[in-house]
Amino acid sequence: MKIFVKFDFSTVCNKILEEKLDETGLKYKIRSFGEVEFLENISKQDQKLISEKIRDYGMEIIENQKTVLVQKIKDAILHMIRSGEQIHVKASVYLSEKLGHSYGYISNIFSEVTYTSIENFIILQKIEYAKQLLIAENLSLTDVANRLNYSSVAHLSTQFKNTTGITPSQFQKIVSKRREIGNKKIS
Amino acid sequence: MNKEYTYIILVDDDEDDRLFFSEAFDEIKISTKIRTFKNGVELMDYLNTEESMLPEILFLDLNMPKKNGIECLHEIKADPKFSEIAIAIYSTSSSEEHIEETFVSGANIYIKKPGDFDTLKKVLQEVVTINWQYQTSGLNKENFLLKM
Repeated sequence: MKIFVKFDFSTVCNKILEEKLDETGLKYKIRSFGEVEFLENISKQDQKLISEKIRDYGMEIIENQKTVLVQKIKDAILHMIRSGEQIHVKASVYLSEKLGHSYGYISNIFSEVTYTSIENFIILQKIEYAKQLLIAENLSLTDVANRLNYSSVAHLSTQFKNTTGITPSQFQKIVSKRREIGNKKIS
Repeated sequence: MNKEYTYIILVDDDEDDRLFFSEAFDEIKISTKIRTFKNGVELMDYLNTEESMLPEILFLDLNMPKKNGIECLHEIKADPKFSEIAIAIYSTSSSEEHIEETFVSGANIYIKKPGDFDTLKKVLQEVVTINWQYQTSGLNKENFLLKM
């Protein structure tokens, strides 16, 4: 015969984590899913011990907390650009409020991990979004400039050219020629 | 997640160009692993070998004996298993017609070979940095077009 078991993923994980952490004798609190706060500083040895104890369950400590922060910054930037929400503060103010750290702190960590600055990353992401709007939704350059809050079409064009080396219209031309070739191959 | 370095291949029949290219990466912050080939035949043999590791970026010189850069580009773009490779054309030509043709054929990056070593370092640094953002931020490689 067979039986079927239903289980709650987060209960299982938290239960295992609790058992294993209890074995270490350290004082801790499980905050949200996957976030553990220790009431004191824990040593490298303790971290190693925890890693060994949870490894068999397919769990691991995310080594680099900077990587986690950078991912949060990237998510916030994407939200800022793509959500359509009207944001009336400077990007630096928006990000530091959203992340709860000073802008100096987050911009240093961001550059260290990604090898580029937050400012350059924002421009790159805006231009990527512009490309997508130009080809997928067939918007005019004026529409795209408005959607992305550029002060003028000229400003968008210049930034597009500076970032990619080609103009928006060259970009559109290349993409449509690529499509023509692709279509010919299919038919 | 991602590898900790960017694997780069250059195909160029000029020995000096290969040397300068490899040296230019020595001072770049992003870690890279460079491999070079002398011509398109050597490159395609390597890429078509089952166990070969595929590069993140492939730099192609256009004028090469045996098999030129454009021929390599067409072969690579025709094979879906190479779709993740960013292709950079690395050429002395700066004719707009040439550039558009290679982009239309599927190249992502077009670099006119710089005349001096400092500019070369700067250009390659920028290419690798931008490619790194595509590699680590899930950007759509199909829209990746860059002219330097």
